[in-house]
Amino acid sequence: MLPTKDFEKIVGRGNVLASVADRQTYAYDSAVLDPVTPALVVCPETSGQLGGVIALCYKHGLPMTVRGSGTNLSGGTVPDSTDSVVISTQKLNRILEINEADLYAVVEPGVVTAKFAGAVSQKNLFYPPDPGSQAVSTIGGNIAENAGGLRGLKYGVTKDYVMGLEFFDSKGDIVKSGSRTVKCVTGYNLSGLMVASEGTLGVISKAILKLIPPPKASKAMTAVFDDVQKAADAVAGIIAAHILPCTLEFMDNVTINMVEDDVKIGLPRDAQAMLLIEVDGHPAQVEDDAATVEAQLKKNGASGIFVARDAEEKNKIWEARRKALPALARRRPTIVLEDATVPRSKIPAMIGAINEIAAKYELLVGTFGHAGDGNLHPSILCDRRDKEEFSRVENAIDELFRRTIEMGGTLSGEHGIGTAKAKWLELETSKATTEYSRLVRRAVDPKGLFNPSKMAAI
Amino acid sequence: MDNLRQLAAELSKLDDKLVKCMRCGTCQSVCPIFAETVKESDVARGKLALLSNLASEIIDDPQAVRERLDRCLLCGSCQDACPSGVKTLDIFMKAREISARYLGLNPVKKLIFRAMLCNPRAFNFALRAARPFQKLFMRAQQNAPRTAKVPLAKFAIGDRRLPVMPEASIHEKYGDLDVPAKPGKPKVLFFPGCMGDKVYTNVTEACIKIFKHFGVGVRIPGNLACCGIPALASGDAEGFKTMLAHDVDIIKKIDFDYIVTACSSCTETIGELWPKYASEMPEYSAAAKDIGKKAIDINAFIVDVLKVDTLPKEKLQKTSKITYHDSCHLLKSLGISSQPRKLVKANSDYEFVEMDEADKCCGCGGSFTLTHYDISRKIGQRKRDNIVKSGAKTVACGCPACMMQISNLLALNGDDVKVRHVAEIFAETLE
Ligand SMILES: Cc1cc2nc3c(=O)[nH]c(=O)nc-3n(C[C@H](O)[C@H](O)[C@H](O)COP(=O)(O)OP(=O)(O)OC[C@H]3O[C@@H](n4cnc5c(N)ncnc54)[C@H](O)[C@@H]3O)c2cc1C
Ligand code: SF4
Ligand code: SF4
Repeated sequence: MLPTKDFEKIVGRGNVLASVADRQTYAYDSAVLDPVTPALVVCPETSGQLGGVIALCYKHGLPMTVRGSGTNLSGGTVPDSTDSVVISTQKLNRILEINEADLYAVVEPGVVTAKFAGAVSQKNLFYPPDPGSQAVSTIGGNIAENAGGLRGLKYGVTKDYVMGLEFFDSKGDIVKSGSRTVKCVTGYNLSGLMVASEGTLGVISKAILKLIPPPKASKAMTAVFDDVQKAADAVAGIIAAHILPCTLEFMDNVTINMVEDDVKIGLPRDAQAMLLIEVDGHPAQVEDDAATVEAQLKKNGASGIFVARDAEEKNKIWEARRKALPALARRRPTIVLEDATVPRSKIPAMIGAINEIAAKYELLVGTFGHAGDGNLHPSILCDRRDKEEFSRVENAIDELFRRTIEMGGTLSGEHGIGTAKAKWLELETSKATTEYSRLVRRAVDPKGLFNPSKMAAI
Repeated sequence: MDNLRQLAAELSKLDDKLVKCMRCGTCQSVCPIFAETVKESDVARGKLALLSNLASEIIDDPQAVRERLDRCLLCGSCQDACPSGVKTLDIFMKAREISARYLGLNPVKKLIFRAMLCNPRAFNFALRAARPFQKLFMRAQQNAPRTAKVPLAKFAIGDRRLPVMPEASIHEKYGDLDVPAKPGKPKVLFFPGCMGDKVYTNVTEACIKIFKHFGVGVRIPGNLACCGIPALASGDAEGFKTMLAHDVDIIKKIDFDYIVTACSSCTETIGELWPKYASEMPEYSAAAKDIGKKAIDINAFIVDVLKVDTLPKEKLQKTSKITYHDSCHLLKSLGISSQPRKLVKANSDYEFVEMDEADKCCGCGGSFTLTHYDISRKIGQRKRDNIVKSGAKTVACGCPACMMQISNLLALNGDDVKVRHVAEIFAETLE
């Protein structure tokens, strides 16, 4: 028997969703996986309620899947079984403090990333991590996935902004780590352990996040190439010249064409690669850096360079990049958004591999992504309902991961492991690694209740 | 059970549309209902998941799915923001129609749609009969734009402030209005819509003034029925088709260049939905298509067709601030946002200010506000707060339904802010 009434006592009746219709809407996330309907959905509104809910689950041995906005791409919030309780953090959405003197903010886990970044920028400060899903994703989900984004190369990813966390252990007791100070070595770096833990080690209830002053100026440009190798050489050239653009994005020929089909902004259809670059910082520095970048692009054989002269032109450049995902997604019923990441220098080899795999399995694949950090998003366009086609997709993904790992790359740059990539975890790491992960999990979660089938399953 | 199977089979015809949802969740960031409730079944992603499940018989409680489907303003924000191009409005409308067929229509709605809206004579008679009582039942509010409290009807409509009805409707005043065009000027058929005919007659009068000023010929037939959208949105396709047939029969006999409305829902219905639904009605299909092609919103007509030069005559003393609310159907379905702003700015009596979240739904959603007043009011309160924060003393809208909802919220809060249609504001600039 589910202790539904007891949950209601903790969070109030309206915050326990027990009907099958409501539960079925917490059965999926953005990963292309089969849904699993949980036994109950509970939506605490305060940190105290959150702790109470976890303690009750522990008492009854109920598996828990904590869920932010459910936008992860690896199945991290698909319930492990129909016995699972989904704990939604979306009502824990208060920004508790933005400290302009000490450059930090304290937030609840369900705060939406873009709303937070917006509130911070109102105070003329800057929170850089900007995953493509920022309009919906939560800070808790960002931390638990160590979300990246376009600005990763220069500004780092979510983990670089986590100064401290409070989280509940599996019994519902509060654990505190880190502080509001820039330096803090009081105890283990448990916040670091929680980053990218995908709901398997604890439930984050509060985060202290680092803020920085915003750059004063920026400049954007695009360059097209008739050969992916030349684009990669240009990227290498820019980095070798000691310029770290805040964004350095890549689109392949398939993506360029699909964006052009959709929005007709005059992209060159025969280009094999396009780079979209922005440098930011002090105005004088920006001018210097932009000139160096332009020189590198020319030197490495860009067949066309366009430098935005004003905000409107800059916006146009990023509009093209923003349209990449929609243009691909609209093409076929299903889009499988992959996340294989290789060392920067391996980008041409990786693009080659992706094209070979697409041809071999007769699939339509468009690739875009973060050239600056080798984090590409090969996106397989297909129809999930077509069993035969989808089995080719699965084989293609297998091969893609094998090739990625051979190139010294990693399974996932930012989308996480969840259940979608769990089976390849050991291939990239080692048997001892997954075993060690399991030991850590068992130690902090003896009943194995936190997202048990995710990552290194227990 | 058999019924459920049929319902599932009907819904599975939507599968090609449903499958396009990639569950990215982007719709969470724009859905006005989700913003209030933070419940996944209120956002398009959740509704689409439930419809897929109903179609594949993973859930056997169609009533529960329907209840969740009904918690929707049909505002189109999700469709507008969806990276995957999911046609959520098409899906929701069709699903409402299918579930109404299998689960039946709400009896009160059925009475309204079939007996009143389909039958302009009965509708008009009922209104005429009720008018003398209005003074008895409604207590006029001094501040807000001609709304009234309805103390005796509290059980039915809550604390809503309703617009005070005009003395005479447009069709009573004009019968069949027919103003010939000046040489070289276009001829329009003005479709006043239920609200423009019976409630916000000032808006229709303003449009007539504008047409006359620019020498545009205008016809307003006296016996038009509702455009049908309230019925269709409630799943009553049959009622919708009856209204469509009634109107098309009248309109097809008239010679005009444009069919203009001051209600974005009417424009969208005439332009998109009449041709679509008439394609299943052989004797109406060609005429509805022809009419649909000529449908245009008043803002777009003035700015894009008449190419009116709206530069305001400079005035040193601007008396008060005005702001503009983007009606969902105007912005998200018809893509009209610059034209009304241009027209409002043309009136130099006002200083134009943008409010925050101008493009957020007001929470009316047609009959949604009747069936889900609590949520509707919360969404409306947010709109009201943004209006008041802007400092504007007048808010201009492009849609009578929004006017009614916003008036209600302002009246409930006791705010001294007027609600006007863009056409009224612009008409003031004309001699
Ligand atoms: C269109 C699209 C674009 C995307 N772009 C990017 C991108 O550019 N970069 C990127 O990194 N990702 C991207 N993602 C993936 C996804 O948005 C991120 O992983 C994001 O961080 C998930 O946030 P969420 O709130 O939706 O978390 P959810 O999906 O709800 O949860 C993610 C994981 O975190 C766990 N979790 C959630 N809250 C807590 C908590 N309070 N305590 C402990 N664990 C918790 C969950 O159990 C789950 O394992 C994209 C996704 C989509 C659909
Ligand atoms: S935005 Fe579109 S694709 Fe994404 S979840 Fe909503 S309806 Fe589905
Ligand atoms: S139409 Fe509007 S109210 Fe309905 S689901 Fe979409 S965004 Fe929400």
